[in-house]
Amino acid sequence: MIKIKKRWEIPESEVTPESLYRQRREFIKSAGVVGGALLLNPFAGAQASYSVDGYQKNSMSLDEEITAEEDATSYNNFYEFGTGKDDPKKNSQRFRTDDWTIEVGGHCEKPGTYGLDDLIRPHALEERIYRLRCVEAWSMVIPWIGVPLSSILNTMQPTSAAKYVAFRTLHDPARMPGQQRSVVPWPYREGLTMAEAMHPLTLVSVGMYGKTMPNQNGAPIRLVVPWKYGFKSIKSIVSIEFVEEEPKTSWNMILPDEYGFYSNVNPEVDHPRWSQKKERRIGDIFKRETLMFNGYQEEVADLYDDLDMKVNF
Amino acid sequence: MALSSVLKSVWARPVAHLLCLLPLLLLIWAALDGQLGANPVEKLSHETGQWALRLLMLTLALGPFRQWTGEASWIRFRRMFGLYAYFYSCCHFAIWFIADHSFDLSDMFEDVIKRPYITLGFSAFVLLLPLALTSNQSMIRRLGRKWKTLHKLVYAILLLTVLHFLWQVKADYLEASIYAIIAAVLLLHRVGPVRRLKLKSFIAAR
Repeated sequence: MIKIKKRWEIPESEVTPESLYRQRREFIKSAGVVGGALLLNPFAGAQASYSVDGYQKNSMSLDEEITAEEDATSYNNFYEFGTGKDDPKKNSQRFRTDDWTIEVGGHCEKPGTYGLDDLIRPHALEERIYRLRCVEAWSMVIPWIGVPLSSILNTMQPTSAAKYVAFRTLHDPARMPGQQRSVVPWPYREGLTMAEAMHPLTLVSVGMYGKTMPNQNGAPIRLVVPWKYGFKSIKSIVSIEFVEEEPKTSWNMILPDEYGFYSNVNPEVDHPRWSQKKERRIGDIFKRETLMFNGYQEEVADLYDDLDMKVNF
Repeated sequence: MALSSVLKSVWARPVAHLLCLLPLLLLIWAALDGQLGANPVEKLSHETGQWALRLLMLTLALGPFRQWTGEASWIRFRRMFGLYAYFYSCCHFAIWFIADHSFDLSDMFEDVIKRPYITLGFSAFVLLLPLALTSNQSMIRRLGRKWKTLHKLVYAILLLTVLHFLWQVKADYLEASIYAIIAAVLLLHRVGPVRRLKLKSFIAAR
Protein backbone atom coordinates (compact mmCIF):
# COMPACT_ATOMS: atom_id res chain seq x y z
CA MET A 1 0.00 0.00 0.00
CA ILE A 2 1.35 3.38 -0.91
CA LYS A 3 0.99 5.94 1.79
CA ILE A 4 1.10 9.52 0.66
CA LYS A 5 3.14 11.50 3.12
CA LYS A 6 1.42 14.58 4.35
CA ARG A 7 3.41 17.73 4.97
CA TRP A 8 2.45 17.91 8.61
CA GLU A 9 3.13 14.28 9.43
CA ILE A 10 6.15 12.80 11.12
CA PRO A 11 7.74 9.54 9.94
CA GLU A 12 6.39 6.80 12.18
CA SER A 13 9.86 5.32 12.54
CA GLU A 14 10.95 8.30 14.62
CA VAL A 15 9.16 7.22 17.76
CA THR A 16 8.21 3.79 19.02
CA PRO A 17 4.61 3.41 20.04
CA GLU A 18 5.57 2.22 23.52
CA SER A 19 7.75 5.16 24.46
CA LEU A 20 5.13 7.40 22.98
CA TYR A 21 2.50 5.87 25.21
CA ARG A 22 4.66 6.44 28.27
CA GLN A 23 5.47 9.99 27.27
CA ARG A 24 1.83 10.67 26.69
CA ARG A 25 1.05 9.51 30.19
CA GLU A 26 3.76 11.82 31.45
CA PHE A 27 2.17 14.78 29.71
CA ILE A 28 -1.26 14.16 31.14
CA LYS A 29 0.17 13.35 34.56
CA SER A 30 2.36 16.41 34.74
CA ALA A 31 -0.61 18.51 33.81
CA GLY A 32 -2.49 16.92 36.70
CA VAL A 33 0.39 17.10 39.15
CA VAL A 34 0.54 20.86 38.91
CA GLY A 35 -2.71 21.04 40.82
CA GLY A 36 -1.33 18.94 43.70
CA ALA A 37 2.00 20.70 43.86
CA LEU A 38 0.26 23.99 44.13
CA LEU A 39 -1.12 23.13 47.53
CA LEU A 40 2.35 23.73 48.91
CA ASN A 41 3.02 26.65 46.65
CA PRO A 42 2.85 30.22 47.91
CA PHE A 43 1.21 31.15 44.61
CA ALA A 44 -1.64 28.71 45.21
CA GLY A 45 -4.64 29.67 43.20
CA ALA A 46 -2.62 30.28 40.11
CA GLN A 47 -2.17 27.61 37.49
CA ALA A 48 1.15 27.90 35.73
CA SER A 49 1.54 26.25 32.39
CA TYR A 50 3.93 23.40 32.85
CA SER A 51 6.85 22.11 30.85
CA VAL A 52 6.37 18.62 29.42
CA ASP A 53 7.98 16.47 26.80
CA GLY A 54 5.51 13.69 26.15
CA TYR A 55 4.79 14.31 22.51
CA GLN A 56 6.03 13.54 19.07
CA LYS A 57 8.13 16.38 17.72
CA ASN A 58 7.01 17.76 14.42
CA SER A 59 9.23 17.29 11.43
CA MET A 60 7.17 19.52 9.20
CA SER A 61 8.98 22.78 9.49
CA LEU A 62 7.08 25.75 8.29
CA ASP A 63 9.62 27.85 6.50
CA GLU A 64 8.67 30.67 8.82
CA GLU A 65 9.92 31.77 12.17
CA ILE A 66 7.98 30.62 15.22
CA THR A 67 6.37 33.51 17.09
CA ALA A 68 8.00 34.37 20.40
CA GLU A 69 6.28 32.43 23.18
CA GLU A 70 5.99 35.62 25.23
CA ASP A 71 4.05 37.27 22.38
CA ALA A 72 1.77 34.29 21.77
CA THR A 73 0.88 34.15 25.46
CA SER A 74 0.42 37.89 26.09
CA TYR A 75 -1.49 39.06 23.00
CA ASN A 76 -4.77 37.18 22.96
CA ASN A 77 -8.37 37.46 21.92
CA PHE A 78 -10.24 35.57 24.63
CA TYR A 79 -13.20 37.78 25.58
CA GLU A 80 -14.10 35.45 28.47
CA PHE A 81 -11.22 37.17 30.26
CA GLY A 82 -11.67 40.67 28.85
CA THR A 83 -11.68 42.38 25.47
CA GLY A 84 -8.20 43.95 25.59
CA LYS A 85 -5.33 42.00 24.06
CA ASP A 86 -3.49 41.88 27.39
CA ASP A 87 -6.62 41.15 29.47
CA PRO A 88 -6.67 37.35 29.05
CA LYS A 89 -3.18 36.92 30.51
CA LYS A 90 -3.94 39.36 33.35
CA ASN A 91 -7.38 38.03 34.22
CA SER A 92 -6.93 34.29 33.75
CA GLN A 93 -4.11 33.65 36.21
CA ARG A 94 -6.45 32.28 38.88
CA PHE A 95 -8.46 30.17 36.46
CA ARG A 96 -8.37 26.48 37.43
CA THR A 97 -9.10 23.64 35.06
CA ASP A 98 -8.93 20.66 37.44
CA ASP A 99 -11.37 17.81 36.78
CA TRP A 100 -12.31 19.30 33.44
CA THR A 101 -15.08 17.42 31.68
CA ILE A 102 -16.59 17.63 28.24
CA GLU A 103 -20.23 16.90 27.50
CA VAL A 104 -20.63 14.87 24.30
CA GLY A 105 -24.06 14.60 22.75
CA GLY A 106 -26.20 14.60 19.63
CA HIS A 107 -25.98 12.11 16.81
CA CYS A 108 -23.36 9.66 18.06
CA GLU A 109 -23.21 6.17 19.59
CA LYS A 110 -21.12 7.17 22.60
CA PRO A 111 -22.61 10.28 24.17
CA GLY A 112 -21.80 11.18 27.76
CA THR A 113 -19.50 13.14 30.02
CA TYR A 114 -15.84 12.63 29.19
CA GLY A 115 -12.96 13.56 31.45
CA LEU A 116 -10.13 15.39 29.72
CA ASP A 117 -7.82 12.43 30.43
CA ASP A 118 -10.17 9.84 28.95
CA LEU A 119 -10.52 11.91 25.85
CA ILE A 120 -6.83 12.59 25.17
CA ARG A 121 -4.95 9.65 26.71
CA PRO A 122 -5.80 7.00 24.10
CA HIS A 123 -4.20 9.09 21.37
CA ALA A 124 -0.67 10.04 20.38
CA LEU A 125 0.12 13.63 21.21
CA GLU A 126 1.97 15.43 18.47
CA GLU A 127 3.42 18.84 17.88
CA ARG A 128 2.11 20.78 14.89
CA ILE A 129 3.56 24.09 13.84
CA TYR A 130 0.73 26.07 12.28
CA ARG A 131 0.11 29.60 11.10
CA LEU A 132 -2.67 31.35 13.03
CA ARG A 133 -4.39 34.15 11.11
CA CYS A 134 -6.69 36.43 13.09
CA VAL A 135 -9.62 38.10 11.35
CA GLU A 136 -8.11 41.39 12.61
CA ALA A 137 -5.26 40.98 10.07
CA TRP A 138 -2.43 39.86 12.34
CA SER A 139 -0.88 36.41 12.46
CA MET A 140 1.44 34.14 14.42
CA VAL A 141 3.23 30.81 13.95
CA ILE A 142 2.58 28.53 16.91
CA PRO A 143 3.88 25.08 17.87
CA TRP A 144 0.75 23.40 19.18
CA ILE A 145 0.61 20.07 21.03
CA GLY A 146 -2.48 18.01 20.49
CA VAL A 147 -4.26 15.22 18.69
CA PRO A 148 -6.24 15.27 15.47
CA LEU A 149 -9.87 16.09 16.22
CA SER A 150 -10.86 13.18 13.96
CA SER A 151 -9.23 10.64 16.33
CA ILE A 152 -11.30 11.96 19.21
CA LEU A 153 -14.55 12.26 17.28
CA ASN A 154 -14.17 8.73 15.91
CA THR A 155 -14.19 7.28 19.42
CA MET A 156 -17.59 8.89 19.91
CA GLN A 157 -18.88 7.12 16.81
CA PRO A 158 -20.93 9.80 15.10
CA THR A 159 -23.90 8.48 13.13
CA SER A 160 -24.79 9.33 9.53
CA ALA A 161 -27.21 11.97 10.80
CA ALA A 162 -24.25 14.02 12.07
CA LYS A 163 -23.57 16.74 9.50
CA TYR A 164 -21.93 19.33 11.75
CA VAL A 165 -20.09 19.46 15.04
CA ALA A 166 -21.00 22.22 17.49
CA PHE A 167 -18.60 23.32 20.24
CA ARG A 168 -19.10 25.42 23.33
CA THR A 169 -16.77 27.22 25.73
CA LEU A 170 -17.24 27.09 29.49
CA HIS A 171 -19.83 29.59 30.75
CA ASP A 172 -18.93 30.51 34.32
CA PRO A 173 -18.81 34.27 34.97
CA ALA A 174 -17.33 33.72 38.43
CA ARG A 175 -14.28 32.03 36.90
CA MET A 176 -14.31 33.91 33.61
CA PRO A 177 -14.74 37.56 34.63
CA GLY A 178 -15.13 38.78 31.04
CA GLN A 179 -18.48 37.01 30.98
CA GLN A 180 -19.83 39.44 33.57
CA ARG A 181 -20.36 41.85 30.66
CA SER A 182 -22.50 40.68 27.77
CA VAL A 183 -20.17 41.70 24.95
CA VAL A 184 -20.86 38.31 23.37
CA PRO A 185 -23.97 36.18 23.98
CA TRP A 186 -22.37 33.60 26.28
CA PRO A 187 -21.44 30.82 26.08
CA TYR A 188 -19.11 31.23 23.12
CA ARG A 189 -20.14 28.88 20.31
CA GLU A 190 -18.35 27.55 17.28
CA GLY A 191 -18.92 24.83 14.72
CA LEU A 192 -17.48 22.92 11.79
CA THR A 193 -18.91 20.75 9.05
CA MET A 194 -18.26 17.06 9.60
CA ALA A 195 -15.75 17.08 6.73
CA GLU A 196 -13.85 20.01 8.27
CA ALA A 197 -13.89 18.40 11.70
CA MET A 198 -12.55 15.10 10.33
CA HIS A 199 -9.85 16.79 8.24
CA PRO A 200 -6.36 15.66 9.32
CA LEU A 201 -5.21 19.28 9.79
CA THR A 202 -7.87 19.99 12.41
CA LEU A 203 -6.31 19.68 15.83
CA VAL A 204 -7.55 19.45 19.39
CA SER A 205 -4.79 21.17 21.32
CA VAL A 206 -3.83 20.73 24.98
CA GLY A 207 -0.50 22.54 24.92
CA MET A 208 1.89 24.82 23.09
CA TYR A 209 5.62 25.60 23.11
CA GLY A 210 6.26 22.30 24.86
CA LYS A 211 4.03 23.16 27.80
CA THR A 212 0.46 22.57 28.88
CA MET A 213 -2.01 25.07 27.45
CA PRO A 214 -1.73 28.46 29.20
CA ASN A 215 -5.05 29.71 30.54
CA GLN A 216 -5.03 32.76 28.28
CA ASN A 217 -4.66 30.54 25.22
CA GLY A 218 -7.66 28.35 26.01
CA ALA A 219 -6.75 25.87 28.75
CA PRO A 220 -7.16 23.05 29.10
CA ILE A 221 -8.40 22.08 25.66
CA ARG A 222 -9.05 24.08 22.52
CA LEU A 223 -9.52 23.70 18.81
CA VAL A 224 -6.95 24.68 16.17
CA VAL A 225 -8.26 25.01 12.62
CA PRO A 226 -5.32 26.60 10.81
CA TRP A 227 -7.01 27.49 7.50
CA LYS A 228 -9.77 29.46 9.21
CA TYR A 229 -9.71 32.80 11.02
CA GLY A 230 -8.61 32.46 14.62
CA PHE A 231 -12.04 32.91 16.20
CA LYS A 232 -13.09 29.52 14.77
CA SER A 233 -10.47 27.87 17.02
CA ILE A 234 -12.70 27.83 20.10
CA LYS A 235 -11.05 27.77 23.53
CA SER A 236 -11.75 26.01 26.87
CA ILE A 237 -14.20 23.56 25.32
CA VAL A 238 -16.86 21.97 27.56
CA SER A 239 -19.31 20.67 24.99
CA ILE A 240 -19.15 18.78 21.69
CA GLU A 241 -22.41 18.03 19.93
CA PHE A 242 -23.09 16.22 16.66
CA VAL A 243 -25.93 18.00 14.86
CA GLU A 244 -27.83 17.89 11.58
CA GLU A 245 -28.23 21.61 10.96
CA GLU A 246 -25.54 24.26 10.69
CA PRO A 247 -24.98 25.33 14.31
CA LYS A 248 -25.11 28.92 15.48
CA THR A 249 -21.67 30.47 15.97
CA SER A 250 -20.97 33.45 18.23
CA TRP A 251 -19.45 36.04 15.89
CA ASN A 252 -22.01 35.20 13.26
CA MET A 253 -24.76 35.77 15.85
CA ILE A 254 -23.40 39.21 16.71
CA LEU A 255 -22.53 40.46 13.20
CA PRO A 256 -23.89 38.11 10.51
CA ASP A 257 -22.78 40.38 7.65
CA GLU A 258 -19.19 40.36 8.84
CA TYR A 259 -18.50 36.86 10.14
CA GLY A 260 -19.74 33.82 8.23
CA PHE A 261 -20.02 30.22 9.38
CA TYR A 262 -17.08 29.13 7.23
CA SER A 263 -14.67 32.03 7.86
CA ASN A 264 -11.92 30.49 5.79
CA VAL A 265 -8.85 32.70 5.50
CA ASN A 266 -9.35 34.33 2.12
CA PRO A 267 -7.43 37.37 0.83
CA GLU A 268 -10.03 37.77 -1.94
CA VAL A 269 -12.97 38.32 0.38
CA ASP A 270 -12.56 41.42 2.51
CA HIS A 271 -14.10 41.98 5.88
CA PRO A 272 -16.81 44.61 5.21
CA ARG A 273 -14.82 47.16 7.21
CA TRP A 274 -11.22 46.24 6.43
CA SER A 275 -9.02 44.47 3.90
CA GLN A 276 -7.99 40.84 4.33
CA LYS A 277 -5.33 40.98 1.61
CA LYS A 278 -2.48 41.52 4.00
CA GLU A 279 -1.58 40.69 7.56
CA ARG A 280 0.98 41.72 10.11
CA ARG A 281 2.97 38.77 11.40
CA ILE A 282 3.56 39.41 15.10
CA GLY A 283 7.19 40.50 15.37
CA ASP A 284 7.14 42.31 12.01
CA ILE A 285 6.63 45.98 11.24
CA PHE A 286 5.42 45.75 7.66
CA LYS A 287 2.54 43.64 6.46
CA ARG A 288 2.78 40.57 4.28
CA GLU A 289 0.42 39.04 1.75
CA THR A 290 -2.24 36.79 3.24
CA LEU A 291 -2.28 33.32 1.67
CA MET A 292 -5.42 31.57 0.44
CA PHE A 293 -6.64 29.23 3.19
CA ASN A 294 -3.76 30.65 5.23
CA GLY A 295 -1.32 28.63 3.11
CA TYR A 296 -3.18 25.31 3.48
CA GLN A 297 -4.85 25.44 0.08
CA GLU A 298 -3.22 22.21 -1.06
CA GLU A 299 -4.76 20.35 1.85
CA VAL A 300 -8.22 21.86 2.19
CA ALA A 301 -9.29 23.53 -1.07
CA ASP A 302 -11.21 20.46 -2.25
CA LEU A 303 -13.51 20.72 0.78
CA TYR A 304 -14.98 23.82 -0.81
CA ASP A 305 -15.19 22.83 -4.49
CA ASP A 306 -18.96 23.21 -4.53
CA LEU A 307 -19.09 26.35 -2.46
CA ASP A 308 -19.15 29.99 -3.56
CA MET A 309 -16.68 31.43 -1.09
CA LYS A 310 -17.97 34.98 -1.59
CA VAL A 311 -21.44 33.95 -0.45
CA ASN A 312 -20.29 31.40 2.11
CA PHE A 313 -17.56 33.60 3.58
CA MET B 1 -7.38 83.73 42.51
CA ALA B 2 -5.39 80.50 42.78
CA LEU B 3 -6.57 79.17 39.43
CA SER B 4 -5.95 82.45 37.69
CA SER B 5 -2.41 82.77 39.03
CA VAL B 6 -1.60 79.17 38.07
CA LEU B 7 -2.83 79.71 34.52
CA LYS B 8 -1.00 83.01 34.22
CA SER B 9 2.21 81.85 35.85
CA VAL B 10 5.42 81.95 33.78
CA TRP B 11 5.64 78.21 34.36
CA ALA B 12 2.24 77.45 32.92
CA ARG B 13 3.30 77.28 29.27
CA PRO B 14 6.50 75.25 29.72
CA VAL B 15 4.63 72.80 31.94
CA ALA B 16 1.80 72.52 29.41
CA HIS B 17 4.34 71.84 26.63
CA LEU B 18 5.93 69.16 28.73
CA LEU B 19 2.59 67.53 29.53
CA CYS B 20 1.64 67.52 25.85
CA LEU B 21 4.94 65.90 24.91
CA LEU B 22 4.89 63.41 27.76
CA PRO B 23 2.82 60.75 25.93
CA LEU B 24 5.26 60.86 23.02
CA LEU B 25 8.27 60.64 25.32
CA LEU B 26 6.75 57.71 27.19
CA LEU B 27 6.03 55.91 23.92
CA ILE B 28 9.58 56.44 22.67
CA TRP B 29 10.91 55.25 26.01
CA ALA B 30 8.69 52.14 25.91
CA ALA B 31 9.72 51.45 22.30
CA LEU B 32 13.43 51.62 23.11
CA ASP B 33 12.85 49.45 26.15
CA GLY B 34 10.83 46.88 24.19
CA GLN B 35 7.77 47.54 26.33
CA LEU B 36 5.21 48.07 23.56
CA GLY B 37 4.00 44.45 23.68
CA ALA B 38 3.56 41.84 20.98
CA ASN B 39 2.20 44.27 18.40
CA PRO B 40 4.16 47.54 18.77
CA VAL B 41 2.82 49.02 15.53
CA GLU B 42 -0.77 48.61 16.68
CA LYS B 43 0.12 49.99 20.11
CA LEU B 44 1.78 53.09 18.65
CA SER B 45 -1.08 53.59 16.23
CA HIS B 46 -3.75 53.33 18.93
CA GLU B 47 -1.87 55.51 21.42
CA THR B 48 -1.09 58.35 18.99
CA GLY B 49 -4.64 58.25 17.63
CA GLN B 50 -6.14 58.43 21.09
CA TRP B 51 -3.82 61.26 22.16
CA ALA B 52 -4.80 63.22 19.07
CA LEU B 53 -8.45 62.80 20.03
CA ARG B 54 -7.85 63.60 23.71
CA LEU B 55 -5.96 66.79 22.88
CA LEU B 56 -8.61 67.80 20.36
CA MET B 57 -11.25 67.40 23.03
CA LEU B 58 -9.13 69.27 25.54
CA THR B 59 -8.81 72.13 23.03
CA LEU B 60 -12.57 72.29 22.73
CA ALA B 61 -13.04 71.97 26.49
CA LEU B 62 -11.23 75.25 27.19
CA GLY B 63 -14.29 77.29 26.18
CA PRO B 64 -16.55 75.45 28.62
CA PHE B 65 -13.82 75.65 31.28
CA ARG B 66 -13.81 79.41 30.84
CA GLN B 67 -17.56 79.61 31.27
CA TRP B 68 -17.73 77.23 34.19
CA THR B 69 -14.88 78.80 36.13
CA GLY B 70 -15.25 82.38 34.94
CA GLU B 71 -11.54 82.36 34.25
CA ALA B 72 -10.54 83.62 30.78
CA SER B 73 -6.90 82.49 30.90
CA TRP B 74 -7.81 78.96 29.78
CA ILE B 75 -7.99 80.28 26.25
CA ARG B 76 -4.26 81.02 26.24
CA PHE B 77 -3.68 77.29 25.78
CA ARG B 78 -6.10 76.70 22.93
CA ARG B 79 -3.62 77.11 20.08
CA MET B 80 -1.00 75.00 21.84
CA PHE B 81 -3.35 72.08 22.50
CA GLY B 82 -4.81 72.29 19.01
CA LEU B 83 -1.38 72.13 17.42
CA TYR B 84 -0.38 69.20 19.60
CA ALA B 85 -3.57 67.41 18.56
CA TYR B 86 -2.47 67.95 14.97
CA PHE B 87 1.03 66.74 15.84
CA TYR B 88 -0.29 63.45 17.27
CA SER B 89 -2.62 62.99 14.32
CA CYS B 90 0.44 63.34 12.03
CA CYS B 91 2.20 60.60 14.03
CA HIS B 92 -0.92 58.45 13.82
CA PHE B 93 -1.11 58.97 10.05
CA ALA B 94 2.61 58.35 9.52
CA ILE B 95 2.56 55.03 11.41
CA TRP B 96 -0.37 53.82 9.32
CA PHE B 97 1.11 55.04 6.04
CA ILE B 98 4.51 53.49 6.73
CA ALA B 99 3.67 50.22 8.51
CA ASP B 100 0.35 49.35 6.88
CA HIS B 101 1.04 50.69 3.40
CA SER B 102 4.83 50.60 3.15
CA PHE B 103 4.97 54.17 1.74
CA ASP B 104 2.72 53.13 -1.18
CA LEU B 105 0.38 56.04 -1.99
CA SER B 106 -1.93 54.13 -4.36
CA ASP B 107 -2.24 51.32 -1.81
CA MET B 108 -3.06 53.93 0.82
CA PHE B 109 -5.71 55.69 -1.25
CA GLU B 110 -7.39 52.39 -2.08
CA ASP B 111 -7.88 51.96 1.67
CA VAL B 112 -9.10 55.57 2.05
CA ILE B 113 -11.72 55.05 -0.65
CA LYS B 114 -12.88 51.54 0.25
CA ARG B 115 -12.96 51.63 4.05
CA PRO B 116 -15.47 54.08 5.52
CA TYR B 117 -13.77 54.30 8.91
CA ILE B 118 -10.51 55.18 7.18
CA THR B 119 -12.30 57.68 4.92
CA LEU B 120 -13.51 59.44 8.06
CA GLY B 121 -10.17 59.38 9.85
CA PHE B 122 -8.28 60.52 6.79
CA SER B 123 -10.77 63.37 6.20
CA ALA B 124 -10.30 64.53 9.76
CA PHE B 125 -6.52 64.49 9.27
CA VAL B 126 -6.71 66.45 6.01
CA LEU B 127 -9.14 69.01 7.46
CA LEU B 128 -6.81 69.67 10.36
CA LEU B 129 -4.10 70.95 8.02
CA PRO B 130 -5.66 74.33 7.11
CA LEU B 131 -6.42 74.90 10.79
CA ALA B 132 -2.82 74.19 11.75
CA LEU B 133 -1.49 76.42 8.96
CA THR B 134 -3.66 79.36 10.03
CA SER B 135 -2.84 79.05 13.72
CA ASN B 136 -0.63 82.08 13.93
CA GLN B 137 -1.10 85.76 14.65
CA SER B 138 -0.54 86.99 11.11
CA MET B 139 -3.07 84.55 9.59
CA ILE B 140 -5.63 85.52 12.20
CA ARG B 141 -5.15 89.17 11.22
CA ARG B 142 -5.17 88.49 7.50
CA LEU B 143 -8.26 86.29 7.52
CA GLY B 144 -10.27 88.49 9.87
CA ARG B 145 -13.84 87.23 10.23
CA LYS B 146 -13.16 84.34 7.87
CA TRP B 147 -10.70 82.89 10.39
CA LYS B 148 -13.49 82.20 12.87
CA THR B 149 -15.63 80.56 10.21
CA LEU B 150 -12.71 78.43 9.03
CA HIS B 151 -11.92 77.27 12.52
CA LYS B 152 -15.49 76.09 13.07
CA LEU B 153 -14.26 73.10 11.05
CA VAL B 154 -12.91 71.76 14.31
CA TYR B 155 -16.41 70.58 15.28
CA ALA B 156 -16.69 68.54 12.09
CA ILE B 157 -13.21 67.15 12.72
CA LEU B 158 -14.18 66.04 16.22
CA LEU B 159 -17.28 64.32 14.88
CA LEU B 160 -15.30 62.57 12.11
CA THR B 161 -12.67 61.44 14.59
CA VAL B 162 -15.15 59.94 17.03
CA LEU B 163 -16.96 58.13 14.21
CA HIS B 164 -13.60 56.89 12.92
CA PHE B 165 -13.05 55.36 16.36
CA LEU B 166 -16.57 53.93 16.78
CA TRP B 167 -16.66 52.39 13.30
CA GLN B 168 -13.74 50.06 13.91
CA VAL B 169 -15.03 48.55 17.15
CA LYS B 170 -15.52 44.78 16.88
CA ALA B 171 -17.88 44.15 19.77
CA ASP B 172 -16.86 46.10 22.85
CA TYR B 173 -18.11 49.68 22.51
CA LEU B 174 -17.27 50.76 26.05
CA GLU B 175 -14.08 52.75 25.41
CA ALA B 176 -15.20 54.38 22.18
CA SER B 177 -18.55 55.28 23.77
CA ILE B 178 -16.86 57.18 26.58
CA TYR B 179 -15.10 59.36 24.00
CA ALA B 180 -18.36 59.73 22.07
CA ILE B 181 -20.20 60.94 25.17
CA ILE B 182 -17.52 63.51 26.02
CA ALA B 183 -17.52 64.69 22.40
CA ALA B 184 -21.31 64.96 22.48
CA VAL B 185 -21.16 67.12 25.62
CA LEU B 186 -18.57 69.39 24.01
CA LEU B 187 -20.61 69.77 20.84
CA LEU B 188 -23.90 70.28 22.69
CA HIS B 189 -22.22 72.96 24.74
CA ARG B 190 -21.94 75.04 21.58
CA VAL B 191 -25.54 74.72 20.50
CA GLY B 192 -27.84 73.89 23.35
CA PRO B 193 -28.91 74.93 26.77
CA VAL B 194 -25.71 73.40 28.17
CA ARG B 195 -24.10 76.64 27.13
CA ARG B 196 -26.06 78.58 29.69
CA LEU B 197 -25.11 76.18 32.43
CA LYS B 198 -22.61 78.31 34.27
CA LEU B 199 -20.99 76.55 37.14
CA LYS B 200 -20.31 79.78 38.96
CA SER B 201 -23.87 80.98 39.03
CA PHE B 202 -24.95 77.42 39.83
CA ILE B 203 -22.75 77.42 42.89
CA ALA B 204 -23.76 80.98 43.79
CA ALA B 205 -27.45 80.04 43.63
CA ARG B 206 -26.92 77.50 46.38
